[in-house]
Amino acid sequence: MDFTPHTADDVRTMLAELGMQDLRELYADLPPELLEPQLNLPEPLSEQEVLVHLQELAARNQTAAKSFLGGGVRPHFVPSLVPALAQRGEFLTAYTPYQPEVSQGVLQAIFEYQTMIAELTGLDVSNASLYDGAEALAEGVLLALRQTRRMGVVVSQGVHPEYRQVLATYLHAVGAEMRMVALEGGLTPAAQFDDSVGAVVLQSPNFIGAIENPEPWIAAAHQAGALVVYVADPLSLALLKTPGEWGADVAVGDGQPLGNAMNFGGPHFGYIAVREKLLRQLPGRLVSETRDVDGRRGYVLALAAREQHIRRAKAKSNITTNAQLTALMGAMYLASLGPAGLAEVATTAVVRAHELAAALAEIDGVELATPQPFFNEFALRLPRPADEVRAALAARGWHAAAPVPAEYGENLALFAATERHGGADIDGLRQALAEVLS
Amino acid sequence: MNIPEDRRYTKTHEWAKLDGGLIVVGISDFAQESLGDVVYVETPEVGREVAAGEAVAVIESVKTASDVYAPVAGKIAEVNEALADAPETVNEDPYEGGWLFKIEPADAAALEGLLSPEDYAKLVEEES
Repeated sequence: MDFTPHTADDVRTMLAELGMQDLRELYADLPPELLEPQLNLPEPLSEQEVLVHLQELAARNQTAAKSFLGGGVRPHFVPSLVPALAQRGEFLTAYTPYQPEVSQGVLQAIFEYQTMIAELTGLDVSNASLYDGAEALAEGVLLALRQTRRMGVVVSQGVHPEYRQVLATYLHAVGAEMRMVALEGGLTPAAQFDDSVGAVVLQSPNFIGAIENPEPWIAAAHQAGALVVYVADPLSLALLKTPGEWGADVAVGDGQPLGNAMNFGGPHFGYIAVREKLLRQLPGRLVSETRDVDGRRGYVLALAAREQHIRRAKAKSNITTNAQLTALMGAMYLASLGPAGLAEVATTAVVRAHELAAALAEIDGVELATPQPFFNEFALRLPRPADEVRAALAARGWHAAAPVPAEYGENLALFAATERHGGADIDGLRQALAEVLS
Repeated sequence: MNIPEDRRYTKTHEWAKLDGGLIVVGISDFAQESLGDVVYVETPEVGREVAAGEAVAVIESVKTASDVYAPVAGKIAEVNEALADAPETVNEDPYEGGWLFKIEPADAAALEGLLSPEDYAKLVEEES
């Protein structure tokens, strides 16, 4: 639909109604310097000159294509099919598909995304996506508190510290109590929960990369009548037992590893999946398959009465939208790889990460701080503060050694590897780190 | 408008009726008609302690979703499980098969504080 501005006649009619002659009279209260600001801009350039100028600026960018930084955001190879499809106008500019009669394409794409997330997590139902992993976690915990009508939350320290901060902000606002259980030897220790606890949260692989055994926490949580919110890197689910198989009630995470560039840490997308008994508590949009009057397959937004535009203040969540394009890129990525392809990507990442860990741990004064088994990220204990090491490596063109907050221990840094990192990259980083530390 | 004489009503359009020591709660004929086709009923958890006036159930219709309030204080003793598969019963039979939940009342006399059928009929007349 074209944008239709007011015609000169429309404007005159409206002004006449207001008893005004000129549009300027409407803005009489504004300071003139705001109405006609003096902009400090250079002289106009031709298109060709602008392109040359922008290319010069772009050449000054440092690419993070070989980033080893980790922390949940990593460079993966994205098949060309994904951006080619995602940049189609039907996906790129589509707005809220409230009208199924004109939105079948995007509704079907969302439905397929939801189906893939449900399959990947081993749970029954996923929504149309949330904004990022941290927000998905907060929504997952709020959902569990609504369902259990309890206000206690227990979180493993293995959950990404930034996710815990976001969660604390949400929980503060609703008056819930949050308690943290510290890692022991890099893993979440067994814990007991009382009947004030409505949600327990753990992450596997955890923040320092270790693969947790969630079974004791899930058993103890269910014993206490609490629900389990499981934070998982979606790529890891191609290889590891799924949250659904472990018995978790809610799975959440950040979708960046699925077909999205690192995007400076965001935008990504967040995923959330739940057991069917929690369906009515699920926040945000949900697309469902149905039949039209002629029996043909079609897709519609479903269970909208949970949502804010109908339930107002009593909606299940204030979320009114989703990370549409980035989530669909996730679905396009999953569709282009298939289950076997995704498992291959994940396996390669595990192998590269272990090669990297072995290579770096050979350096004097460096030791592996993450217990085995780990997935594709791990923490190293360095002989010097991690932020100095990270800066020195960056000065040499290597993006690695993301500083781990001191709550996990002194001088820890995260490293990650994916299918993007070949033997030469691993060797190059090893040499650079050895130089920096010598 | 059907307003049976054998029970009490609330300003929020629930009905309440004593039955074997429990107070059965549903929504009135006027309420079901205003809501339109009911597609889902979210019933409370059995055993939950509720205060009078507390939102304890949600009725979702094709038009909207509305809270149902506990007419009296007490403990949820039973919920109408049949509504999970047949929510339309709330439309078809609001006063019998479409009951929502039963409360074990903290004080059965609290029922007397609710609207009589005559007073409720007046309220409905004003609102319609």
